[in-house]
Amino acid sequence: MHNKSIIELAKGLRSKAFSSVELTQSFLNRIKKHEHLNCFITVIADAALESAKQADAGISSGAANLLTGIPLAHKDIFCTQGVLTSCGSKMLANFNAPYNATVVEQLNHAGAVTLGKLNMDEFAMGSSNETSYYGCVKNPWHTSSVPGGSSGGSAVAVAARLTACATGTDTGGSIRQPAAFCGITGLKPTYGRVSRYGMIAYASSLDQGGPMARSAEDAAVLLQAMAGFDSKDSTSVDRPVPDYLSGLSGAIKGLKIGLPKEFFGDGLNNEVASVIDRAVEEFKKLGAVVKDVSMPNLELAIPAYYVIAPAECSSNLSRFDGVRFGHRCENPRDLTDLFTRSRGEGFGKEVKRRILMGTYALSAGYFDAYYIKAQQIRRLISEDFNNVLKEVDCLMGPVAPTTAFGIGEKIGNPIEMYLSDIYTIAINLAGLPAMSVPAGFSDGKPVGLQIIGNYFTEDKLLNIAHQYQSVTDWHQRIPNGFE
Amino acid sequence: MEHSQQWDYVIGLEIHAQLATQSKIFSGAATAYGAEPNTQACAVDLGLPGVLPVLNEQAVTMAVKFGMAIEAEIAPYSVFARKNYFYPDLPKGYQISQYELPVVGKGHLEIEVDGGTKRIGITRAHLEEDAGKSLHESFHGMSGIDLNRAGTPLLEIVSEPDLRSAKEAVAYMRKLHELVRYLGVCDGNMQEGSFRCDANVSVRPGGQKEFGTRVEIKNINSFKFVEKAINHEIERQIELIENGGKVVQETRLYDANKDETRSMRSKEEANDYRYFPDPDLLPVHISEEFKEQIKAQLPELPDAKKSRFKAQYGLDDENAYILTSSRDLADYFEALVRASSCESKLCANWMTGDLMAALNKADLDISTSPMQYERLAGLLIRIDDQTISGKIAKQVFELMWQSGATADAVIAGKGLKQITDTGAIEAIIDKIIAANQDQVEQYRNGKDKVFGFFVGQVMKEMQGKANPAEVNKMLKEKLQ
Repeated sequence: MHNKSIIELAKGLRSKAFSSVELTQSFLNRIKKHEHLNCFITVIADAALESAKQADAGISSGAANLLTGIPLAHKDIFCTQGVLTSCGSKMLANFNAPYNATVVEQLNHAGAVTLGKLNMDEFAMGSSNETSYYGCVKNPWHTSSVPGGSSGGSAVAVAARLTACATGTDTGGSIRQPAAFCGITGLKPTYGRVSRYGMIAYASSLDQGGPMARSAEDAAVLLQAMAGFDSKDSTSVDRPVPDYLSGLSGAIKGLKIGLPKEFFGDGLNNEVASVIDRAVEEFKKLGAVVKDVSMPNLELAIPAYYVIAPAECSSNLSRFDGVRFGHRCENPRDLTDLFTRSRGEGFGKEVKRRILMGTYALSAGYFDAYYIKAQQIRRLISEDFNNVLKEVDCLMGPVAPTTAFGIGEKIGNPIEMYLSDIYTIAINLAGLPAMSVPAGFSDGKPVGLQIIGNYFTEDKLLNIAHQYQSVTDWHQRIPNGFE
Repeated sequence: MEHSQQWDYVIGLEIHAQLATQSKIFSGAATAYGAEPNTQACAVDLGLPGVLPVLNEQAVTMAVKFGMAIEAEIAPYSVFARKNYFYPDLPKGYQISQYELPVVGKGHLEIEVDGGTKRIGITRAHLEEDAGKSLHESFHGMSGIDLNRAGTPLLEIVSEPDLRSAKEAVAYMRKLHELVRYLGVCDGNMQEGSFRCDANVSVRPGGQKEFGTRVEIKNINSFKFVEKAINHEIERQIELIENGGKVVQETRLYDANKDETRSMRSKEEANDYRYFPDPDLLPVHISEEFKEQIKAQLPELPDAKKSRFKAQYGLDDENAYILTSSRDLADYFEALVRASSCESKLCANWMTGDLMAALNKADLDISTSPMQYERLAGLLIRIDDQTISGKIAKQVFELMWQSGATADAVIAGKGLKQITDTGAIEAIIDKIIAANQDQVEQYRNGKDKVFGFFVGQVMKEMQGKANPAEVNKMLKEKLQ
């Protein structure tokens, strides 16, 4: 049951082969059994079974859609009413959100069953899940390796079949990189496609929620319910949402694929490179045409990102001051003590590092040299993408330069850690949609192919991935012990 | 105080006008004043994790309206920025404001000083959200936070340093106060903090071109205090310099109780607000078309109305000034003239005289006046057609004010109708003349003042109801 696709599960529910309560219980049992992976921060078994019961009633009465009764889980960055929403931080370890994020609201409305909340890097700052206050998540393919981050819990829960699908967020690669490391399909939509309301902000101009699933088809179903304009989010875009499922039927003969040479330079692991080469060959067999392209400003993406994202985060995280919610230090002496000790105790090392970097970048005398410069670079990078996407339909390359690295391997070296997002960060700066699709293995660890498209072409990306998944089975591989 | 040399004063004002929107600038919570603490603060106002601001269009419309009224440049593209600082009543740890690209650019306002007019430049006006309030009483060693006010829309109006005295500053502030109320963009209630002022004050030796070091005085919330605070600060600075000291750039707080300013923080202690564009909000685009729409909706502004009142109604400066000081007063006046068809001067005098005195006494304003213009018109009509004299009219007004009755009802009920019957008047005059022969003698011997005595006696006898013109005429004849 837990290996079925969302469409198969929906059929099974309708034909009464199993009920949503049974399906939910089976996932809850697996979550319990594989607790050691540490991917859930909170499991809401009772509430899940209750909504499964309601979903079953809905299905019986005919009032149901594809997601009705399908168990899923949310990255712990999405506010869920009455449920702990920790954002992976000690700062919010006592925060039961009083409202639902729009994404949560929409998925509830679609009838999905929420199993619980998924582990993540603290405030989505990290590429390995090691910055979580709740401890690192283990990669089911290789349990001494990281799952990637920041949506590590989401990626592992999907890969280990502890949920049918999951929500994630991506600020610099946080959906795609863990999806690649865990062998699942993840999509970061165009900035503005999915509402950010109720999604705890890391870097507002870069954050975007998206689906993490077993296949492009599952991702299409999930994105359908997540996407759309939200009047509560001024940066969400008022534009019709296409029918993603029906878009999965187009042939890709003649598809023009661009291969940015900057994605295949020094630093890319040879085996990862050859997995990507083989995937590109597969697309050629499907009739795609491949072209080499270049985006000269791409090498500036990481420095630009590490100015803009920390600058925004330094301001976004100011609200965590111990006054209204979240961690408050014991017996504050005075106001300054309340602020400094609450924040000092509540935030972890990486979060503090980024707040400090951002505060510095925004300070009088440095603002022009850092923030303004970074914004200029951001525009140049966007222009690079716009230019090449005039010539080709999509871009392909690796998601990350290596496969999942070992737990503890990079946590002591932030620069090396930041470089693991070298192929994903530029896409956030440009606001483009991109996917991570399982494309093979290196040393028994999954490798992800990245597919980048033009603005609001999620339908095309999903179809490209789906066509690839129709002739390959990498996405159907299950880690040992999780069959 | 005597100074050893001539000094010039340079003053600029920053005025925070609370916009009269129904809901807050970035959330749907209500803005009404005086509610129980934290009952008008929603998730967005509390700065809960994950919430996002959505701009209230009404606030932008009001800002543009103000901009058009001061003939300012309206930015086709303006940007909201975050002003970052920690304070317990600032829920997000930053205030959403406008920094580099405000919605309203350079404009100006004419003020009246010493009988002439002076143009005061307005540098900019920008939109921002208000913070909450810290409550320091009855929390046992802690402070309470009330976030009802958090997110209330403010328009910060920054003047050029064009003001040269506390008096000019007050004139400018009054003019602005009148304007925002005319436009309906701010209720102007200073007690509730809807209209607040910070003043930048510096002094320089007479004739010197360069500005002196300026000091900012925060939160001065009445016209009276603005004048006092500025004058006090000018004296403090001059005294300091004349005694060999130097003014330091700082922020000072005016203490109305002690009539003094005291230092809040120096330039060195000033916050680095780390302004940057708010990534949660899109830039505001304002089209020519939108500006035209707003322009068409602009009401007649105070200066234009005042000129028109003088030309159309023949009012003198003072009455024109008083009657155009608020839109409600001006509207009342025009309605009164229309309803009574009386001389506009009579209408103006009754309004600025008896009506305003009664309103002041009852602590009411024209919009809540128990004396509606229709009733006052009824009274003026009876003065005009000589049913009652002006003196009796004052009595009638008093009775109308207390009872809510019409003028005619009061006149009939109290028998106050003026007597114009010459026979009745003549009989009384004869009687008075007969009884006061001594005074008749004096008058005939040239003591003109005694005439007043006779008028008084006749009026007294007739309980003031005799037509005074008729009494005068007949007395003159009889005393010849």
